[in-house]
Amino acid sequence: MYLRVCFIFLLSVCFFYKSNAQNYITKTGFIGFYSKTPFEDIQGENNQVYAVLDPSSHHLAFAVLLKGFIFPKELMQVHFNENYVESDKYPKATFSGICSGDMELSKDGIYQVAIKGDLSLHGVTKTLETTAQLEVKNGKILGTSTFKIKPEDYQITIPGVVREKIAKDINVKVQITWTRTT
Amino acid sequence: MRKIYFLLIFSTLYFQVKAQDSLLRSISDSLSAAPGTDLVKGTFKALYIVNMKTIEAPAAGALNFEIQHRFGTINQGAYHLWGLDFATLRLGLDYGITDRLSVGIGRSSVLETFDGYVKYKLLRQTETGMPISVGLLGTTSYFTDKISDPKLDSAFKSEYRLAYTAQIQIARKFSSRFSIQLTPTFIHYNLVDSTIDHNNVFALAAGGRFKITKRMAITAEYNYLFPNQLNSYNGLPLHNALSFGWDIETGGHVFQLVFTNAQTMNEPQYIGQTTGSWGNGDVYFGFNISRIFNLKPHNKAKTL
Repeated sequence: MYLRVCFIFLLSVCFFYKSNAQNYITKTGFIGFYSKTPFEDIQGENNQVYAVLDPSSHHLAFAVLLKGFIFPKELMQVHFNENYVESDKYPKATFSGICSGDMELSKDGIYQVAIKGDLSLHGVTKTLETTAQLEVKNGKILGTSTFKIKPEDYQITIPGVVREKIAKDINVKVQITWTRTT
Repeated sequence: MRKIYFLLIFSTLYFQVKAQDSLLRSISDSLSAAPGTDLVKGTFKALYIVNMKTIEAPAAGALNFEIQHRFGTINQGAYHLWGLDFATLRLGLDYGITDRLSVGIGRSSVLETFDGYVKYKLLRQTETGMPISVGLLGTTSYFTDKISDPKLDSAFKSEYRLAYTAQIQIARKFSSRFSIQLTPTFIHYNLVDSTIDHNNVFALAAGGRFKITKRMAITAEYNYLFPNQLNSYNGLPLHNALSFGWDIETGGHVFQLVFTNAQTMNEPQYIGQTTGSWGNGDVYFGFNISRIFNLKPHNKAKTL
């Protein structure tokens, strides 16, 4: 009995280490966020998103530097970093979670999955649930997802003067092309 | 037996969590700034501390409209509503040709003065390497004020009305709250008050800001004119310009409420021709208001 337990335990440990070795990883993922109001459209886009996906455990993680978000208006970029996300104090946003649903990541195909995990931004961590599409093709995985977040949920305060210019729900678009680590 | 199962489930769970954590850690730790993203931005909120031009410039394709306003001195008492009856004004436009190069023009009501400048950011402070930002600034000012005596006015040729300023702006943002700028200044006056005054004068200006909230800051600047260069202006003794400001930022606007002993807003005028003195209560209340217009979209992230 003990042997069996030990065996399962070792197996699970091995499984964890084994799975760790064949992750899908990228350093050039894309995250954009979009705020639309009648007064002003705001968008920030970042092409330097680090993302990793473990195909066997279906864990995935994202990390991004907030200063890497590029805005069409320079002043918005300065305000975003200085006044809203305070990137000197909180330089990164991260997500760590798991995807579930019918998928076989070793086979080519398009899979609709559910994602649940923790999003950390501005020193606040909150659970995020969304859906995503994973497209497996020629050993690459293309992951796309869109979801909404509220700045107030992450204690990003918006002064009354500009409240009408910033959407209550910010649309976030994620687009990742993963290749396998060798 | 149950204990062992519990331990087993717990440890697998632990490893699951650990796997997830280490997955994030594996990328989060190696996350590094791409070149160009570690530039220190927002050393100052506005293009002016009070009168002194900051290292800040409009981004490429952005136009800044600046309204600078100084009332009369507050020591004029209640009859003149502590100076509010009088006003001087400078209207300015500043445009970013590139992120490093900007140009500006302005018109002041004092002596009907026109000014124009070119500013170039030679060095830009970064988070990892460069400790300071350095800018080069060249300003020309030309006053067109008519002198009531027509003979004197025609004798007052345009070359006498010109002055040139060259400044090196050395700035550092020490923290998100605190920034300082040192500005060694050289001014050439084509005409000075008397024969004992120098045409080429040197000054050292220093300014700083301290943010009290995310959108408000207290600023101060002092323009030190080295002694024995200029002695008077219109026969009045000179004082160094000392100014204080309160910056309030709302979206694309910056409001600056200022107190200064200089009524003028051009370098040759406020550095070398300030006759007001804080000691005598010759303090001008005023404000700067700026508004940014984006004429062209700045940079765009490549979409995949």
